[in-house]
Amino acid sequence: MERLAPRKTPLVWRVATVRDVRTESATARTIVFDVPDWPGHLPGQHVDIRLTAEDGYEAQRSYSIASPPADHALELTVELIDTGEVSPYLVEELQRGDQIELRGPIGGYFTWQPADGGPLVLLAGGSGLVPLMAMLRHRDASGATVPVSLLVSARALPALLYRDELSCRARDGVEVSYTLTREAPSGWTGWNRRVDAEMLRAVGADPQRRPLVYVCGPTGFVEHVAELLVGLGHDPHAIKTERFGPSGG
Amino acid sequence: MALISRGFRGRRRTDVDPARIPPGQYVVEGFPVLSAGPTPHVPLDQWTFTVRGAVGEPRTWSWEEFLALPSEAVHTDIHCVTKWTKLDTEWRGVSVDTLLGGVDASAGFVMAFCDGGYTTNLPLADVTGGHAWVAYEYDGKPLEPKHGGPARLLVPHLYFWKSAKWVRGLEVLDHDQPGFWENLGYHNRGDPWKEQRYWSD
Repeated sequence: MERLAPRKTPLVWRVATVRDVRTESATARTIVFDVPDWPGHLPGQHVDIRLTAEDGYEAQRSYSIASPPADHALELTVELIDTGEVSPYLVEELQRGDQIELRGPIGGYFTWQPADGGPLVLLAGGSGLVPLMAMLRHRDASGATVPVSLLVSARALPALLYRDELSCRARDGVEVSYTLTREAPSGWTGWNRRVDAEMLRAVGADPQRRPLVYVCGPTGFVEHVAELLVGLGHDPHAIKTERFGPSGG
Repeated sequence: MALISRGFRGRRRTDVDPARIPPGQYVVEGFPVLSAGPTPHVPLDQWTFTVRGAVGEPRTWSWEEFLALPSEAVHTDIHCVTKWTKLDTEWRGVSVDTLLGGVDASAGFVMAFCDGGYTTNLPLADVTGGHAWVAYEYDGKPLEPKHGGPARLLVPHLYFWKSAKWVRGLEVLDHDQPGFWENLGYHNRGDPWKEQRYWSD
């Protein structure tokens, strides 16, 4: 299977129209955009969003694409950051029919496509799940059969994204595990602690399997998990990381 | 004329001089971390810094030799292509002028190479003339590994991916060739004041 290079389409600002919005958790929502002449993307890539106030003041931020390339609409899942500048607008203000400017796709390293093979180990901290979800959705949409282990770490149950969809996707070679790092509800069957080496081994992050490992989350999560993976003996070049800082917006 | 975003007002900073903020950037207080893979850890007794390529004999310094080179304190603002800007950062490092002293400037370009395999390309003019350092201290302390320690390139007038973390040397070239991010859609030069984020900017 041929591996597609990131396309060299000029990164021009496009006017995107909100087709729909979906609540994903207590603090996150998915925004479905119609983007005229969207050049296509690879799972794992992101877009830049530009908001402009009436007096011309502008703010830009980057958000990961959640939808697979085959979808007609472009979906972003945005987590609210209370002190942020752009995320409160996207999560609380933006309505169906509104228009904003975006450009992309951006980033050609933290991507996966079927020709890259597997097995895949996807390790998500909080809303770091978003670009990994695009990979998982693309795997299913493209009919790829590479085994996937996904571990999602979140603070608490209400923060988990895409839970219903993940329970449907957890079959045919896809395993989904959870760990809650703070409070877990009674009857919780997942883990209830910070990710550690034992947990990584249990979800298939065993260097003998030579998996492709993608880690995405806040800096503390990514630093911690990447160190554990190197400590387990994974080739550092087989570990791709993407981070978003607490300063995000 | 940009599209007005209905109901967007933004959170403007009144405590920073807007003239210090390049277009599309916003000021952060923390120090975000970005890298494409795990943080490498090389023991200092195995660390070296090398200048090679179109320079005749390559030169290599051990960690101790490197620390013995004349160093400079650098006070500067830094700008990341992911939109954050951090004001008033304090560094200490060796000027690239010191490291390249005597190199034939007609060579034109350098490629920085790093632990972990990262590379970034720069015109010689952007790393000489007091524009760039190899920094090993941040805020008066040894540079932390996650921020590029033991030493990183510091080229603060360009987007911060040019300030390569975990740098181990400079290859002097008589032609330009794209480095890691420059091959993946980012701008070849990366001037934040011209908002040169991506290849087509």
